[in-house]
Amino acid sequence: MTSVELMAREFSHIGSRVPKYDAPEKVSGDVQYLLDLEMPGMLHAKVLRSPYPHARIVSVDVSGALRVPGVVDVITAKDVKLNNLGYLKDHPPLKWGKVRSVRDEVAAVAAVDPERALEAIHAIKVEYEPLPSVTDPLRALDPGAPLVHEEFGTNRANLDFSLEFGDVDDAISRADIVVEGTYSTQYVAHNPGDTMGALAWVDAHGTLNVIANTQTPFLYQRWLAESLGIPAYSIRVIQPYIGGAFGRNLDVYPHDVIVAALAMRTRRPVKLQFTRSEELQNAPTKQPLIARVRQGATKDGRLVAREVDAVIDAGAYVGWGVFDARVMQYTVTGLYRVPAVRFRTTVVYTNNPYTAAMRSAGNSQITFAVESNTEELAERLGMDPVEFRLLNANAPNTVTPQGAKITTCAMSDAIKEAARRIGWRGRHSAGPNRGIGFACYFHVGGGARIYRSDGCGATLKVDDFGGVVVTVGGTEIGEGLDTGIQLITAEALGIPRDRVRVVINGDSTIRLWDVGTHASRGTFICGNAALRAALDAKRQILEGAAQLLGTQSSDLDLRDGFVYSRSDPSRRMEYDKIVRRMHFSKGARGTVVVASSFYEPPSEEPDDRWYGNVSAAYGFGCQAVLVEVDRETGRVKVLKVVSAHDAGRVINPNGFEGQVQGGVAMGIGLALLEELVLSDGRVVNGSFEDYRMPRITDMPEIEAVSVGQPDPEGPFGVKGMAESPVIPTGPAIANAVADAIGVRVRDLPITPEKIWRNLSAKTQ
Amino acid sequence: MRIRFELNGSTAEVEVEPWESLFDVLRGKFGIKSVKTALCENSCSACGACTVLMDGRPIYSVMTPAYRADGHRITTLEGLSAKGHLDPLQEAFLEAGAVQCGFCTSGMILSAKAFLEGGGSPDEREIKEAIRGNLCRCTGYVKIVDAVRMAALRVGKEGKKEVEVGP
Repeated sequence: MTSVELMAREFSHIGSRVPKYDAPEKVSGDVQYLLDLEMPGMLHAKVLRSPYPHARIVSVDVSGALRVPGVVDVITAKDVKLNNLGYLKDHPPLKWGKVRSVRDEVAAVAAVDPERALEAIHAIKVEYEPLPSVTDPLRALDPGAPLVHEEFGTNRANLDFSLEFGDVDDAISRADIVVEGTYSTQYVAHNPGDTMGALAWVDAHGTLNVIANTQTPFLYQRWLAESLGIPAYSIRVIQPYIGGAFGRNLDVYPHDVIVAALAMRTRRPVKLQFTRSEELQNAPTKQPLIARVRQGATKDGRLVAREVDAVIDAGAYVGWGVFDARVMQYTVTGLYRVPAVRFRTTVVYTNNPYTAAMRSAGNSQITFAVESNTEELAERLGMDPVEFRLLNANAPNTVTPQGAKITTCAMSDAIKEAARRIGWRGRHSAGPNRGIGFACYFHVGGGARIYRSDGCGATLKVDDFGGVVVTVGGTEIGEGLDTGIQLITAEALGIPRDRVRVVINGDSTIRLWDVGTHASRGTFICGNAALRAALDAKRQILEGAAQLLGTQSSDLDLRDGFVYSRSDPSRRMEYDKIVRRMHFSKGARGTVVVASSFYEPPSEEPDDRWYGNVSAAYGFGCQAVLVEVDRETGRVKVLKVVSAHDAGRVINPNGFEGQVQGGVAMGIGLALLEELVLSDGRVVNGSFEDYRMPRITDMPEIEAVSVGQPDPEGPFGVKGMAESPVIPTGPAIANAVADAIGVRVRDLPITPEKIWRNLSAKTQ
Repeated sequence: MRIRFELNGSTAEVEVEPWESLFDVLRGKFGIKSVKTALCENSCSACGACTVLMDGRPIYSVMTPAYRADGHRITTLEGLSAKGHLDPLQEAFLEAGAVQCGFCTSGMILSAKAFLEGGGSPDEREIKEAIRGNLCRCTGYVKIVDAVRMAALRVGKEGKKEVEVGP
């Protein structure tokens, strides 16, 4: 079936408002997260971490730990040979020689219970020689700054994401108005309910089994193997229900390797799970950003050039969080139509925490910078911000200077719809101390070719009773990928939804490759894999039916669970009966219906100038936010958010709205509440009391609006949108605050203190 | 010390130490895994994942010594669907799409249950007040409010079982 045919049908399942696939077990408490899993004879691991941001390790004495009753094993870098982790392979799972951040792992213990493991950790004596630390990424580049990795001779990481397309200097010199500003964003914690951890054991075959709440099971398998120095085929990765992740679990971290090493040494199951304070202190954070943005426009409001200088603090080690810079590239070159673009990046080592991608992966940060600057530019031009955005909006069938091929694009509709629904009547018209702000976004919607393969495999089995099991390599972390796969499979096969069982998390030995749940790619990529497997299974059933019925398969179709004749629809038979006959009938060749597929999107890895079409589709949208600012306290209250998205065809309205509302909540957190406060590289607000996430009483009215048209590449027209809603909330709120009280805060979060200081400075 | 209490409709008897939390006893001695914790080990920072009902009122089970349950009625999520039927609140959470990763769901439903048992109305502000002690990182809370409102209408004082509601 061609994509045109798929689009033209009337749907039985696509677009229907259905409960999330795993909601029944979640509302009845019948789910097991890593937290809930135990094994007989299981040991508990704890890690000893550096108290210093930067220090030489003079000596480590573990003899005290070994004397603690119940301790089974204690390891340091001297006891096990482990290979480095991370994007630049600069991260030893257990440190030797020196520590480079307060979270650095120096030793680890496996004991019969967590209390004894903790006691043993306290009994380890480490002598440190503290070194001067560097925690400011700009200072880290000064001559004579302490070197985080002496062996590199510099704190500048060997990574450059800089690019230039068009003649920026020329365009800036011709622009009528140029506006420049520096914008920054903060350290943010992913903070899902489910803390990081892993449970590992070696079975009788010698296979290393690991239960982990990772979002990337197959990369996990590979990187864990590399670090342990064992073949990847001897590792089995099992994912339980995952209680949120938001990008935190994209990498393999030292604790994963440590748990595996302890299991291999002790030959007993070993589990490690972070406590909340360990999570806030030691989990990777969202990548903070310092960006200088310069944009030029003509008098009549056309953007002609954009230049962004970004300093990216990698922390002590370069994790995959540094790929936030790749996401930033596409926003710098692709948000609105700008002919000349330049992006300069400096990636710096410091003694700060290392980072991981977090929902939107750099895009919320860079969009804050670009959309704040865009608003300032529109203001200087004396143009209405909505009109300015419409004038420069992305359009369908265009190519960005960096080579992103935009096919479907409903950005203008999103802007218009957001303005209409928020009741926009021009600047400063929302009432006293009230303001309305807008921000748009540009994000990948058809996968993101960050890794060499961006594909996903699916297998589908139709059993002899009509039950269908579809297995995809994708990972469900709460976002609703499971439901999307169920709807797509049921629709493509033409069977009732409750016949489809979805295997999504689980066993890496059974599931086919998938690069992981990131970049809003799940429903698009894994959905395409499931769709292809389902269409193949349907073809097999129709061919089997044709043979049994002595007719042409082209005359047959399968809908609502029945195979029927197109020329005489009254002739029909249940599909499971056909499947049984294909298996059992005399003369039939004893076939069973099994299909597999692999979908690799038609995107490309960028070339050495960073030019390339990284995704098979792109998502666009616009948020309008109404705020009220208390001039006395500086408190900003968000009253209403309209979030309009081009997500292609929405296949499950419940899922779409849930992603939008959850994204907006996270966006409000980034804009107003959340910040990991660091002092000399150490998190000082490491608890839910001190780290404020949005509560229900912080939430405004949210309107989730879909403005898109079906995308020709997405399964049934879907475009990915899981990260999108979080992207524009920060700048929209900043712009709304400026509209309300004339104060612009250029560094997130917008705290009452910053508002108050700005207001005080203005009145003096 | 030995305590007796009602756990999800059955009598429970167990030996507890004075320092043991109700949370640890429910999970460790009764295998009640629906009660979650965000693992704030030093002090409870009120995520609400460990919420259970004591005589119909929500309490944080990690903050409650187990002996306090003596002579009381304790309800966990398992108790709501004990006979194989989902409670109207569980149905509503399912239908409204109020569940994403599910980690907060147990505590969220129990706080909402206490609100409804206490005669809770479908009023948005009252619903928000009732569950403000429960953190959720996924849903943005909107559909959780929808679900509680839906259930409030269904089990409303008029005894109406089915009311047409929905987004």
